[in-house]
Amino acid sequence: MKRRTLLASVALAASLGTAAFAQDDPTKACFVYVGPIGDGGWTYQHHQGALAVKEAYGDKVEIAYQESVPEGADAERVLTQMALSGCDIIFTTSFGYMDATNAVAAKFPDIKFEHATGYKREHPNVSTYNARFYEGRAVVGHIAGKMTKTNKIGYIASFPIPEVIMGINSYFHHAKMANPDVELVVTWAYTWFDPAKEADAARAMLDQGVDVITAHTDSTAPLAEIAKENGNAWGFGQASDMAAFTTNDDGTPGPRITSIIDEWSPYYVKRVGALMDGTYEQVDSWAGMPEGEVVIGPMNDAIPEDVKAEAQAMIDAITSGEYHPFTGPINKQDGSAWLAEGETADDGTLLGMDFYIEGITGEIPQ
Amino acid sequence: MIKLEKRPQPSRLWTYLAPLLAVVLTMIVGGILFSILGANPVEAIRTIFWDPLFNPQFAGYSRPQLLVKAGPLILIAIGLSIGFRAGIWNIGAEGQYIMGAICGAAAGLALYPSESVLIFPLMIVAGALGGWAWAMIPAVLKTRFGTNEILVSLMLVYVAENILASVSSGLLRNPDGMGFPGSRNFKQWEAGHNAELIANTGMHWGVVFAFIAVIGAYVMLTRHITGFHIRLTGEAPKAARFAGVNPARIVFLCLGLAGALAGLAGLFEVSGPAGQITIDFNSGYGFTAIIVAFLGRLHPVGILLAGLLMALTYIGGELAQLMLGVPGASIQLFQGMLLFFLLGVDVFTNYRIRIGTREVA
Repeated sequence: MKRRTLLASVALAASLGTAAFAQDDPTKACFVYVGPIGDGGWTYQHHQGALAVKEAYGDKVEIAYQESVPEGADAERVLTQMALSGCDIIFTTSFGYMDATNAVAAKFPDIKFEHATGYKREHPNVSTYNARFYEGRAVVGHIAGKMTKTNKIGYIASFPIPEVIMGINSYFHHAKMANPDVELVVTWAYTWFDPAKEADAARAMLDQGVDVITAHTDSTAPLAEIAKENGNAWGFGQASDMAAFTTNDDGTPGPRITSIIDEWSPYYVKRVGALMDGTYEQVDSWAGMPEGEVVIGPMNDAIPEDVKAEAQAMIDAITSGEYHPFTGPINKQDGSAWLAEGETADDGTLLGMDFYIEGITGEIPQ
Repeated sequence: MIKLEKRPQPSRLWTYLAPLLAVVLTMIVGGILFSILGANPVEAIRTIFWDPLFNPQFAGYSRPQLLVKAGPLILIAIGLSIGFRAGIWNIGAEGQYIMGAICGAAAGLALYPSESVLIFPLMIVAGALGGWAWAMIPAVLKTRFGTNEILVSLMLVYVAENILASVSSGLLRNPDGMGFPGSRNFKQWEAGHNAELIANTGMHWGVVFAFIAVIGAYVMLTRHITGFHIRLTGEAPKAARFAGVNPARIVFLCLGLAGALAGLAGLFEVSGPAGQITIDFNSGYGFTAIIVAFLGRLHPVGILLAGLLMALTYIGGELAQLMLGVPGASIQLFQGMLLFFLLGVDVFTNYRIRIGTREVA
């Protein structure tokens, strides 16, 4: 009873607030970021998407954002304050904002909420969106399999969630197809953004003889660590192009041979546009290379021409919908069959993925 | 020539003046910082200190949020301040906060979906015990082997963070959560929810406990022999020993109390404002509380005010980011300045400035 009156009073205040704002003011799009916009990775890319919205609609939109918002109690307060400040649409760009997004959305039914990488849409004004990053992992996995000299490739994993496990499987599957002798080393960093821990993880793998590393964390620290190997080890830009690592200061080729870029701009521009012209609808979006949300960055000259061509062919096949990165035959780690010859994985299995595929050693931590 | 001269007694005036002067200096230098960043300094300072309390658009929501944000800070800082008074430097309140949250949440979730009224009290006890037990590790190591409690308690924060990551994706993971990390949400389970006691006031059990802790600490430090022993141990360890104070007992008491209060803060946070155990559940309250403890001069009433002030800079800082577009890092810088200036100005509590050379008689 008590809580219901609170909700009612906040909702009333909110609807009065938005009614007053709605007339001829620009549409206000707000963004909540988990890291600093200068992280050079995850948050940086989301912010690029926000800037693209401003670029696309000019004076018709207003952008506001808040950086480094902790996931938890603070997120709910930040979201409520954003709603009270007159935001019309709020993008919450990290998985940990899921419950806060839905809780605040309940109090502000007139404001649209868009939650990245989550699955809860408890109210009609909550949409979710994600990108098929495993498509990018497939391409860099192929390149990793071809580039490794030690036949040991590495994956800096953040947390044992389906998203990450999907990436590990896609990376290894394609490395293995390119090079049957390849072995995968997975290091769990238990963080999304902690340059020191990420660098330690990279260093630990390099010391074990791993010479191609991809990261599922947000900073550029792993690339900086790989650079110390002076051209004997390679890495990939993650989330952002990380082009600064393409060439070393002395002009020699840098550690970044290509990158998986999260390109949120098309989605953000589309959604804010839909809100402005009245065609906005609740969605559960999971787009990838065909929609331009997952992009492979420029390939460095360290990659041989034939490998570049193969990688490009894979990009084209995924983009056209001809090839699905999880196409059978693929067995699970324990040897049991998962996908039969020619069968492709369905989205439900991918989104709940909690197993490694055959050939990966080690266990998924619990 | 300007000289610093030690005062025979710490100045009472400066003890009270220093925090105020530190706030004023922070406002001035912070204002310069904001103007360099292209924001109107007066507007920025007003947004941080005034708007959360009085802006008609936000205040109705922000004012109660001050209590929500200050509650855990005060609760933890009270526990820390008692130890600091005795010269026991528990830097690991963040870890005790995490363990309190985990133990309290686990005790509750083990009985899900029971609707018994005893669940929440059980969680409170388990939360306090969790924090207490985590703080006992540095206490035992210190009294047994003479280890340094600063290092041990700080290192245990990282252990606790890894346990948090492990339980959120394993033991306490929501079975209905499609394999994603994070526990069930206490907001959706009446029996385990630390809800607002009076709607729209921000008052939840954690805030109530924070007020009780302030009063309790005040009484203990000023009226009780234990408080006297604690202060004596900090101010004159040798005298304390002659007076028959058992130093090991003080270590256990101070660390245990700080751990239990931090654990309580964690439990109230996880079952209330945060709602669930997640990988990134902890957001630095245990470390910020150290600033709060010193800003409040290690005095219970001072800590109460300092906690509220710190909460104000958080909430106001968020508004400043949102409304004026100043970067998040500048707000952290602003908060850091507060402690910096306090420590700087504190020199005048123990020293006075003398201008010109002093004639030797």
